[in-house]
Amino acid sequence: MDELVIAGRRFRSRLMLGTGKYRTFEEMRQALDASGAEIVTVAVRRVNLDEREESLLAYIDLDRYFLLPNTAGCHTAEEAVRTARLARAAGLSNWVKLEVIPDDGTLLPDPVATVEAAKILVSEGFVVLPYTTDDHTVAKRLLDIGCATIMPYGSAIGTGQGLPNPERLKRIIDLVGGRVPVVIDAGIGAPSDAALAMELGADAVLVNTAIAKAGNPVAMARAMALGVEAGRMAYRAGRIPKSDVPSPSSPIEGLVGGVK
Amino acid sequence: MNVLVNGKSRDLPDGSTVLALLERFDLAGERVAVEVNGHILDRGAFAQHALSEGDVVEVVRFVGGG
Repeated sequence: MDELVIAGRRFRSRLMLGTGKYRTFEEMRQALDASGAEIVTVAVRRVNLDEREESLLAYIDLDRYFLLPNTAGCHTAEEAVRTARLARAAGLSNWVKLEVIPDDGTLLPDPVATVEAAKILVSEGFVVLPYTTDDHTVAKRLLDIGCATIMPYGSAIGTGQGLPNPERLKRIIDLVGGRVPVVIDAGIGAPSDAALAMELGADAVLVNTAIAKAGNPVAMARAMALGVEAGRMAYRAGRIPKSDVPSPSSPIEGLVGGVK
Repeated sequence: MNVLVNGKSRDLPDGSTVLALLERFDLAGERVAVEVNGHILDRGAFAQHALSEGDVVEVVRFVGGG
């Protein structure tokens, strides 16, 4: 597959994986391995000082994977900026997957606060990968600010409803016009959704729940990677336009003669 | 002295550094970030930064997330 380039950094895989919701860290480790992903997202949370907890990072080889901290759980721009700064202080990179989600019920992003936070973080030298709606004006604002990607949702986080509005995603992809990668994040439920996202011209997809909660996450991770690869190849190959007029695939001449 | 760490009051020896706090909770080898009274510390400052009575400390780490 052709390389994905984000903020000058090159990646071979166009599938990014979340690390939440796995039954065990070991299962997550195996799923990451099977997916071929290089970018993996993590959240930032208080350490539990009363109970020793296993470290997630013990299961993620940092020579192989690039850690992308998110600001999940932040309800306001201010909280997201603070979380991003904490993530950077942990000393791995200045990249952040920006999420501002005011409502824990709908899990829908607040585009206005996301734009606000993105402005601050970009000015502080962060490489900002903002999670957003599929609204193309918001995408334009994020692009103008200097975000490193645009990450519109397919559908709401964790729903597995796929891409109910592909034309809206296509509009964003066309608007961005290859200036930065467009990553479809959230809602992917199956490899066919990932393939569709890539066929539309998305540059990458980010998947968590659909793999972590699959019957067999390791097999699903591999299936998802194949979906992404198939979709990317199809996009580059150039799919046929949809037509209302049928056209036979077999010649209409040279049919055997009729029997009298 | 009492210091509020991750929302809970902890009794630490006077003048304890951030590093001493991390060592006490077996976190010195972990990749954590630390904020004291709203200011984020550089990792290199953990060994020097002495805590004071009433300080509000946040210690965070990376966990699974999407």
